[in-house]
Amino acid sequence: MKPEWQTLYRHEGAFEFNPARHDFGAKTLLGRPIQGSGFAEIEQAVDLLVAQPACARFISRKLASYFVADDPPRALVDRMAKTFQKTHGDIAEVLATLFESRELEASLGAKFKDPMHYVISTMRLAYDGKPVVNTHPVVNWLNALGEPLFGRQTPDGYPLTESGWASSGQISRRFEIARAIGSGNGGLFEPEDGSPPTTSGFPQLSGRLYFTAVEPFLSAHARTALDRAGSQLEWNTFLLASPDFNYR
Amino acid sequence: MERRDFLQMMALAAPALTVSGRLFAAPPGSPRFLLVFLRGGYDCANVVIPYSSSYYYESRPNIAVAKPAAPNATDGAVALDADWALAPALRASIAPLYASRQALFIPFAGTDDLSRSHFETQDSIELGQPLQGSHDLRSGFLSRLAGVVRGADPIAFTDSLPVCFRGDTDIPNISLKGVGKPVFDQRQASILSDMYTGHPLQPKVVDGLELRQVVGRVLEMAMKEASRDAISPKGFELEARRIGRLMRDQYRIGFVDIGGWDTHVNEGAAQGALANNVESLGRGLATLSQELGGEWRNTVVAVVSEFGRTFRENGNKGTDHGHGSAYWLLGGSINGGRIAGEQVRVNKASLFQDRDYPVLNEYRAVFGGLFGTLWGLSADQVQRVFPGSTPVSLQLV
Repeated sequence: MKPEWQTLYRHEGAFEFNPARHDFGAKTLLGRPIQGSGFAEIEQAVDLLVAQPACARFISRKLASYFVADDPPRALVDRMAKTFQKTHGDIAEVLATLFESRELEASLGAKFKDPMHYVISTMRLAYDGKPVVNTHPVVNWLNALGEPLFGRQTPDGYPLTESGWASSGQISRRFEIARAIGSGNGGLFEPEDGSPPTTSGFPQLSGRLYFTAVEPFLSAHARTALDRAGSQLEWNTFLLASPDFNYR
Repeated sequence: MERRDFLQMMALAAPALTVSGRLFAAPPGSPRFLLVFLRGGYDCANVVIPYSSSYYYESRPNIAVAKPAAPNATDGAVALDADWALAPALRASIAPLYASRQALFIPFAGTDDLSRSHFETQDSIELGQPLQGSHDLRSGFLSRLAGVVRGADPIAFTDSLPVCFRGDTDIPNISLKGVGKPVFDQRQASILSDMYTGHPLQPKVVDGLELRQVVGRVLEMAMKEASRDAISPKGFELEARRIGRLMRDQYRIGFVDIGGWDTHVNEGAAQGALANNVESLGRGLATLSQELGGEWRNTVVAVVSEFGRTFRENGNKGTDHGHGSAYWLLGGSINGGRIAGEQVRVNKASLFQDRDYPVLNEYRAVFGGLFGTLWGLSADQVQRVFPGSTPVSLQLV
């Protein structure tokens, strides 16, 4: 590489900025000129994009869609966008606006969980407080449910709405995974180095968390199903497959 | 069917109206249509090869597929006519279908969407709505087709419901890639679906559980019969065999997609990455035609992709996102053995934006014409499937 480019080269983990492949010509972005200088151009471009009101709205709407409702309330998105612009894109602040909103509280029970949300919530219910030692089972469950970690092929990202995750095939698959998760810890607590596991057996879903946060709110239909369970495995499966547990 | 009729049927049905309640609703001998979507923009120029064009060879010094050898050669590309040849990877599977007039190709096919973005163009094609104006993101053209063709059971052989099957009625989906025995017995399935009584997801829950049982039974039967085979198929061939069985016995409108076609780097020519995928696809489709048996003569399979690729190779011995593609049509009763649709000579002057194949055969016009003939649809019905389109008849069936 040319000596003057050595100083411009950047390599951090899997990320690389290679000046030899960079176009140093002058550019115009959103009407603003950007002079060729190397990686600094990208920082200028990002600053320019983040300052756009459309960017604030776009990101706020995605967050609200994921956490609150498929078609999120306009007023909430507006408030989040305002926070975004005021803080120059501080996501933590934007999320604070979202999490403290009355719209989020009003939405509880109505948002279908995507596989990530679903799997993590099953683990919180089953194993809250126990550090997981081996995350391969989690990765496998996510793969089986069609949301492999960082596996989205196209830049639009995974669907944020119910229609992307609640097709008949996905629901039947989710029930099967509910059974898999309810049947054992799948190796979550088996260290990869072969030392003995720290816990084993069926996940005990009806713990303290269940009785305070889940049981009081169970629908009549879910209670009926749980009553009809013929074994611990069936009980676990029906709970994890219930509409109550599949909506946040 | 009409939404009103569907809801009435749901209301009158026994507590668990299931997919199997509509089993064998369509008589044998009724038309079947399967859409195979190659996601990623497959490089049609290296599959349906314009071998009479010297510009093709100038444009692809590293990845062009060699011209067909002598007519009785046993390898290399297979001449389809004086201008086009089929990739060597399809010699064993699709070339014989073409020779027996059960396959045809439509080059310069596609959409007027110019984003050259995978998901944007895929969505645009699957919605099947006019490009101008607002889109109803909840209405795909195969769903509208299923609504217009009474008694034609639709199914998506995919993990999630594709955009083209979005609509008012609940269309079942199941991926046939790795299906074993159903996990739940009748009693458990019953308890599970009872939990969703009155819930908006109930029809999907019921469909999903029932479909899993149906598919499990069908595949078990198929496995018993297949144990006589020396080679057990894997990958798409296995999936295609299962699709064939289900469409022979029950479903009439199907959809499946295959990925891995976005060959930006080291595409290969007669051999290589693209050729391997093409070979697997061809083998699968040949298996599908065999599995359909006597119903192959009532079946049409269309192979499409969101766009073709750049005509010239890039700096990485691959190709980039293009425009015009080449669609395949296969079936026991199609007017095959030819290159169909509007065509131009392949040279520098006829390229679109001096980089890709042009689109001369717009997919809504082509499929509107095809569906109209296949199911005897009225002009109004075709407009419901493809609003604002002008169907053309390429005499495909």
